Amino acid sequence: MKLLVAVKRVVDYNVNVRSKSDGTGPDIANAKMSMNPFDEVAIEEAVRLKEAGKATEIVAVSMGLKACEETIRTAMAMGADRGILVETDAQLQPLAVAKVLQALVAKEQPQAVLLGKQAIDDDCNQTGQMLAALLGWAQGTFLSKLEVGDGKATVTREVDGGLETDEIKLPAVLTVDLRLNEPRFVKLPNIMKAKKKPLEVVKPADLGVDVKPRLAYSNFRDPPKRQAGIKVKTVAELVEKLKNEAKVI
Amino acid sequence: MSVLVIAEHDNASIKKATLNTVTAAGKIGGDIHILVAGKDCNGAAQAAAKVAGVSKVLVADAPQYNHELAENITPLVAKLAAGYSHVLAPATTMCKNFMPRVAALLDVAQLSEIIAVESADTFVRPIYAGNVLVTAKSSDPIKVITVRGTSFDAAPAEGGSAAVEAVEATPEAGLSSYVSQELTKSERPELTAARIVVSGGRALGSYEEFHKQLEPLADKLGAAIGATRAAVDAGYAPNDYQVGQTGKVVAPELYIGIGLSGAIQHLAGMKDSKVIVAINKDEEAPIFQVSDYGLVADLFNAVPELTKAI
Repeated sequence: MKLLVAVKRVVDYNVNVRSKSDGTGPDIANAKMSMNPFDEVAIEEAVRLKEAGKATEIVAVSMGLKACEETIRTAMAMGADRGILVETDAQLQPLAVAKVLQALVAKEQPQAVLLGKQAIDDDCNQTGQMLAALLGWAQGTFLSKLEVGDGKATVTREVDGGLETDEIKLPAVLTVDLRLNEPRFVKLPNIMKAKKKPLEVVKPADLGVDVKPRLAYSNFRDPPKRQAGIKVKTVAELVEKLKNEAKVI
Repeated sequence: MSVLVIAEHDNASIKKATLNTVTAAGKIGGDIHILVAGKDCNGAAQAAAKVAGVSKVLVADAPQYNHELAENITPLVAKLAAGYSHVLAPATTMCKNFMPRVAALLDVAQLSEIIAVESADTFVRPIYAGNVLVTAKSSDPIKVITVRGTSFDAAPAEGGSAAVEAVEATPEAGLSSYVSQELTKSERPELTAARIVVSGGRALGSYEEFHKQLEPLADKLGAAIGATRAAVDAGYAPNDYQVGQTGKVVAPELYIGIGLSGAIQHLAGMKDSKVIVAINKDEEAPIFQVSDYGLVADLFNAVPELTKAI
């Protein structure tokens, strides 16, 4: 079984992002960039499926600027066999990303596409579901457990009330949550090996996909800032404040 | 202009998140219709008909809509969407599962978790874990939107008298089937709807202490219990307790954060709470920067004392 895994280059999760003072975007020019943490879990899961003998090949895909090659190399160092960079300086929105992935699925014919349930930059949580719709495939979203069987997968999903288990037909799109696994640390020899793995670069136009944004974003701003209140010295003082000042208990 | 709101429900009744979404729909303007898709869902449909401001309830009652599998519900919503300018749903895991699928079938963008309506085509949504807000204008003919419940008041559940109309079901897609659910059982209020939330972090140290410290306090306050991702990952609490960027977003009147540092990702899920209390022995913890009342103390002493004092 061949797997396609989508990995996004995003601002590192430790960075506290602010908007630019002129409101034209987030102020991230010098920010540390990393692989989207959810996509790291997706790659890890694919590698584990391969190690368990259930997957034969893992293709890592990223989209955007040339620098996304780094993200693909990280995926390769974790165990992906080869990479595809869809290079563009266009602002990519989820529907466009899903269409590019759809075109790559037609070319690569994987049995499953794995990706993070959401990217921590735009917080959309859309791409996997959109891709499943475009392909007419089943989807397993927000996964905390995955068991791949013959022509089907049993998926445990993190839902508002707890956990839900569904059975879905393969091929399918799988979006993963953080508790599915703990991604491995990348070892230096594997980083060296990853540099030699094949990485193909294509443009959206080569795939016949129009990536023009559908939503126009403007007026990036910081949310109203919450002021720190006071420190109370004792539990008794806290209870007094909650009762008489805040009047919430 | 007309808005179709997709109801979050349990077949017998509708969830509060649906009422918040109706309010968001009202800010767009035009007729508001609600779709109730489920199995034996007449109770939910009757409840939806009473919601103030709703003029019609569409009911799709069929076995394939039980458990709202995305593969089955998407074709129905996409078919009905053709008659509307906007399709809105609460940003719950159920709706987040199928709404982007609907948007892709319609070849339109989705606006995720809007927190304000500026006009019929312009909305505000948070990005970067809520550290940045952005205005998004859609040029698509149908706007597919999920709504963050904490940003809109609930529409009155009574006072309306909408017509209830059955709609034809779309076929079973045959791609997926429901196996089982493992739902967290609790007598406490639902996390996203609770007036008071008591939340615990990794400093609780174990599953036993998490429950031993937080439950008596929550019971006394009639509060829901939340947790940080670290506490959930460590196995102290089930996944549906998680508050934060990728968990639940809450905005109760009182949020008591206990033994949690206040990571960016956690703040994203609770910083709109009206009053925030933090109890942490590390006085440098970032949670104190957003809390109204901070108590620098060992939680294992302070929490039992607090439980006793209220």
